[in-house]
Amino acid sequence: MFAFDLLFEAVLFGVLLGCFYAAVSIGLSVSFGLLDVPHVAHPAIMVFGSYCTYLLGRYGWDPILAGIALMPAFFLLGMGIYRFYYETFEKRGTDTGVRGLAFFFGLALIIEVGLILLFGVDQRMVEADYIGKSLAIGEMRIPFRMLVAFGVAIVLTAGLTLYLSHTFTGRAIKAVAQDEPALRLMGANPMRIKQWAFGIATGVTALAGAMLIIVGPVEPSMDRVYIGRTFCVVVLAGLGSMTGTIAAGLILGISESIVLMQFGASWAPAVAFGLLLIVLGFRPQGLFGR
Amino acid sequence: MSEALLRVQAVSKHFGGFTALSAVSIEVGQGERFGLIGPNGSGKTTLINCISGTLRNEGGEIVFAGEEISGLPAYQRTRRGIARSFQIPRPFSSMSVVENLVVPLEFIVHRGSLHKADTREEAMAMLKTIGLADKADTRSNQLSQVELRKLELARAMAAKPRLLISDEAMAGLSSNEVSEVLEILFKLNETGITIIMIEHIMQAVMRFSQRVVCLDAGRIICEGTPESIVKNGDVQKAYLGA
Amino acid sequence: MMRGAGFWVGAGVAIGLAALAAGTFKDEYFFFAAYPILMYVVLATAWNILGGYAGYVNFGTAAFFGLGAYTAAALFHATGAPLVLQILTAAIMSGLLGFGTGLVTLRLRGIFFSIATVAVIFIMETLFINWRFTGGATGLQLLRPAPIAFESYIKMLFVVMAAIAVVAVAIARYIENSWIGRGLRAIRDSEEAAEASGVPTLRLKTYACTVSGALMGAAGAPMPMYLSFIEPASTFNLNYSIGALAGAIIGGTAHWLGPVLGAVLLSSLQQYATVNISNEMNVLVVGVLLVVFVVAAPDGILGLLKKLKRTK
Repeated sequence: MFAFDLLFEAVLFGVLLGCFYAAVSIGLSVSFGLLDVPHVAHPAIMVFGSYCTYLLGRYGWDPILAGIALMPAFFLLGMGIYRFYYETFEKRGTDTGVRGLAFFFGLALIIEVGLILLFGVDQRMVEADYIGKSLAIGEMRIPFRMLVAFGVAIVLTAGLTLYLSHTFTGRAIKAVAQDEPALRLMGANPMRIKQWAFGIATGVTALAGAMLIIVGPVEPSMDRVYIGRTFCVVVLAGLGSMTGTIAAGLILGISESIVLMQFGASWAPAVAFGLLLIVLGFRPQGLFGR
Repeated sequence: MSEALLRVQAVSKHFGGFTALSAVSIEVGQGERFGLIGPNGSGKTTLINCISGTLRNEGGEIVFAGEEISGLPAYQRTRRGIARSFQIPRPFSSMSVVENLVVPLEFIVHRGSLHKADTREEAMAMLKTIGLADKADTRSNQLSQVELRKLELARAMAAKPRLLISDEAMAGLSSNEVSEVLEILFKLNETGITIIMIEHIMQAVMRFSQRVVCLDAGRIICEGTPESIVKNGDVQKAYLGA
Repeated sequence: MMRGAGFWVGAGVAIGLAALAAGTFKDEYFFFAAYPILMYVVLATAWNILGGYAGYVNFGTAAFFGLGAYTAAALFHATGAPLVLQILTAAIMSGLLGFGTGLVTLRLRGIFFSIATVAVIFIMETLFINWRFTGGATGLQLLRPAPIAFESYIKMLFVVMAAIAVVAVAIARYIENSWIGRGLRAIRDSEEAAEASGVPTLRLKTYACTVSGALMGAAGAPMPMYLSFIEPASTFNLNYSIGALAGAIIGGTAHWLGPVLGAVLLSSLQQYATVNISNEMNVLVVGVLLVVFVVAAPDGILGLLKKLKRTK
């Protein structure tokens, strides 16, 4: 008899996991989805954020607060990275695809190795009241940390979506993604807007990193599997669609959770990559793409 | 009147929610000089892209020399005789000017035997007719705007097409240069090549075309001889209107 | 550079030197250290066929390399097949993977293609983690058979890899100078203009991906024998992808000599760093050099040499 209650638990866990995936991908939704930057170093920066959270945790900081506190610093980091990327690659035109991509892979590698050199290859965790406990609903136990990540994810995604559609700078960011020449004619500087957007995307990634280490222990090479998860979510959502990110995250989270339940942990990481290939093969514009 | 060389029937194209082309139909006869005009964003380049295969048309059909080509990739359409220049020049920037012409010569004209040595002379001859012979070995990313536009046209010519589509080849040229390019196009037409010209420079279009079609917001709003088009109220509104 | 006969003479000399070294050097360590350098020459050269000539950044090198290694290991484990057969089978398998990957992903533009190739690595790794015949996640120990023609197995591997390197470079050189190379370069410069000029872009890209994959598979085939061991995580490691790409970019992607120079330089530095500093430092070297060259010297060492020649 098919285990429906197990399935239900897997789906529920998948929903929480999915929202978490959506939240860690939303920065990429902006930097790659809207700004077209081949930002494969996004997961590496997120893991870097996790380690910063860990460090602050050693001084007694609550991880969520640490994540929020890190956001301004990461915002500036993002602005700096984009400025460098723009000056070095986007401005010069020819051949930017190959070089820009290679640059970000190199950057990801440097961050990864830097973390190994600083912290070693062992896993790091943070501690907080809500980590380790579970919420009991009937027969199921839902880990508190997943609920916390879920909550933060919702707030983060909603916040960013509202920002993009209801504030002046937010709308300017969406505009620059769609029609840069028109924006220039209106007197706005597209580069500054993109730089600001990339800064926001990176700032958000700091909080994503905090959530990552709340959800589970981290180690430096985790960015690799998250390249699959984050790009899967962003591509499945459709480039430029913020709301699509939630839907895509849910699809990924639930799929992974069910595979985990049915086939075990050795198959789960491939789900994101497999889903990504399927989307690219059959519907590259994703669910809600422009 | 012989069977039309190119018959575009009710072709549409959408980008997300935006309709670039809406059931557009045109017919171009063998050896004709055909002008395509319309304000920016009216769908001219989209239509050309659908004909050349850079984009796939949605609905309708495109028949070239009696064959339905909607399903063919661009390179096969070029091999069947449709060549186009690009509005924003896209030279093979890592190659010299003459090498730029060698590519279409190699991949279209001399598909059977692909040797570089023979094609270079052919390419040089073409460069002479278009006035770029002295820049033959210059890297194409070092050319001026005018020279780039000439190279665009030369590359389309090198494909030895039956139908040549010139997409705003004269934008930004001086009136002397415009005349130069017009001369080249007239000469090509005399050898039997059908030419579709997209231009904003009205005198060029009027001088050159035997028939003109005007597009606006993805639809054909007028069709006829150059004289009748110029006088047409809808056309004037499209260019000047809100 | 290096017309016809000159190249083949040079190739012959290279193989001759390799065989001579294997015959006369006593220190086994030399061969142990030189093998990965030759291996990266093959990987970088193979990568450059699609990545350098056509401009499609393949990040899945580790997938083709790994499949080659596992094909060889599985074949040896099942039948005890000789090394040459392992290499040929590995090349065919990885070539097929290249063909399949190409068909599915080469319609996608730039970065989508690259991310898709990363996906292939992880999927391959997952498949082999779950295949018990080759030991699953724990992997497989392999006992080397007796070496042929040379006194030690490692010396034989060294010469074999030198031969594969020569073949790889010869193939790359042929492609570069042929109409295929011109078509790939046109694709790289402007894919739309290439199509409009009659270049069958998808076909050529898929061809390049297939050949590239096959060579990477050949490079991977002797690996299980080299290590006497194979397991999924280290075999399908993204570092192989980055090393291949870095070797080509650092050396210069326009000409077949670039990946050779770049791979030799990079791999030697890596060996030095691993032995004298740490394993992590070796990976850092790749990352830093890649970023430095991509930013400051995008045409690689060959590009720098060309500039030097011009200013003299």
